[in-house]
Amino acid sequence: MDTALLLEWTLKVLILTFVLLTGFAYLTLLERKVLARIQVRLGPNRAGPYGLLQPLADGIKLLFKESIIPARADKVIFVLAPVVTVIPALVINAVLPWGRTVPMFGREVSLYVADINVALLYIMAISSIAVYGITLAGWSSNNKYALLGGLRAAAQMISYELALGLSLLGPVLLAGSLSLVDIVEAQRSMWYIVYQPLAAIIFLITGVAELNRAPFDLPEAEQELTAGYHTEYSGMKFALFYMAEYVKMITVSALFAVLFLGGYLGPFESQHPALGPVYLVVKILLGLFVLIWLRATLPRFRYDQLMRLGWKVLFPLALLNLVVTAVLVVLLG
Amino acid sequence: MGFMTLFILTGAVAVAAALGLLFARNAVYAALFLVLNMFALAVLYLALGAPFIAMVQITVYAGAIMVLFLFVIMLLGAEQLKEDGGPIAWQRPLALLLGLALLGELAYFVFAAATGQTRLLPPPEDFGTPHAVGQTLFQQYLLPFEVTSVLLLVAMVGAIVLVMNGKRAAQAQAEPEAEGS
Repeated sequence: MDTALLLEWTLKVLILTFVLLTGFAYLTLLERKVLARIQVRLGPNRAGPYGLLQPLADGIKLLFKESIIPARADKVIFVLAPVVTVIPALVINAVLPWGRTVPMFGREVSLYVADINVALLYIMAISSIAVYGITLAGWSSNNKYALLGGLRAAAQMISYELALGLSLLGPVLLAGSLSLVDIVEAQRSMWYIVYQPLAAIIFLITGVAELNRAPFDLPEAEQELTAGYHTEYSGMKFALFYMAEYVKMITVSALFAVLFLGGYLGPFESQHPALGPVYLVVKILLGLFVLIWLRATLPRFRYDQLMRLGWKVLFPLALLNLVVTAVLVVLLG
Repeated sequence: MGFMTLFILTGAVAVAAALGLLFARNAVYAALFLVLNMFALAVLYLALGAPFIAMVQITVYAGAIMVLFLFVIMLLGAEQLKEDGGPIAWQRPLALLLGLALLGELAYFVFAAATGQTRLLPPPEDFGTPHAVGQTLFQQYLLPFEVTSVLLLVAMVGAIVLVMNGKRAAQAQAEPEAEGS
């Protein structure tokens, strides 16, 4: 392995992390702005022009807050839980393809960190361990509201993971590969949302449930559980939970774009591969808007409704979609 | 050389996690040590060129089974272990005996491999790819695969029957008149 390749990978990882963390900061602003417009308000507009410095102000405020650890908390796990929540949210993005290869500094640079042939399995693996941070945060706080929030999060994420995994398999069957680059390339003739509308809808719903966002935000239902699993957290540890949630929003939106909306594909992309990231960013922003729109529109599910939807509606539908797709792929070749 | 370093480091993490699991007095810590152990195993699978198995190891064991373990531990508030070992104390000598037997067996095969009495065949070209695993699972081992799935289904139905019986009994106790009418 030559040094230049090592340098390239390191740089790509650093740039991706920087993009995700900046994206997180400005996504909080975007969410507040969009929510405000939907509710006929102005939203944050004091810090900088159009409130553009608001994320910076929030970040500085959170950094200088006192970090409190409850006396009866399990200190090791209490400190570990936010970290365990953030790391999966960041590393899952390693397999997202932002484009093909572009010539840069006299060498062909691929616009993804890693193209592995089990990329979708990697995503399943990382998303399945994301629940640990939230559950452990709830348990280690030694607070009944936090524990209830953590337990709800675990039950909800396990229940919706099944339908989520099955909905991922539709595009896999069509593309015949688990690699995300292959799946995007297979959509050159037609986006998979046309062939797999049901899988796309199931992915979107279960994705929102995995994010624990409204209308699936039962783990942090403020009317019943104060703030759920992060009730006892303050300062930067609290900010880490927010960071994880918003980075995961970007990830779910990007995955939706990659699996169903043709990822980095778009007009003139075949001649100019450098356009790829631009198209992907546009599609991600579209997905993020839908996520915020959902939060502004829908009230929270009741717990039994949540479970019924997951197990009796989404799971059978996802299975049906898988069987029908498999049969059609075999019949039509 | 790089592989050897990786193997030793990961192996050390796996062994340390396993020991942590055995000696942790708190069930949540024990569960987390087991998760760490499974991660170390997944890294070893990756290093051996079997990414599919590695990812499945994390998804199934760390991501599903251990989350449920943790869920149950937290739900029941069963974090603290009893000092006397509980009603299964008689298992300890037996476990020690069986563990020693396994260790002996392992040592025999390690020495046999070192002296060249057994030979490992090099893996085929597409070893461990999703395609190869799928082919093996659904053609060569189709029957065991289906039998396993039926076994899991039976376990699931059994759990539901147990819960439903309890519920029905509770209902019958609560409203005996409603049952008769």
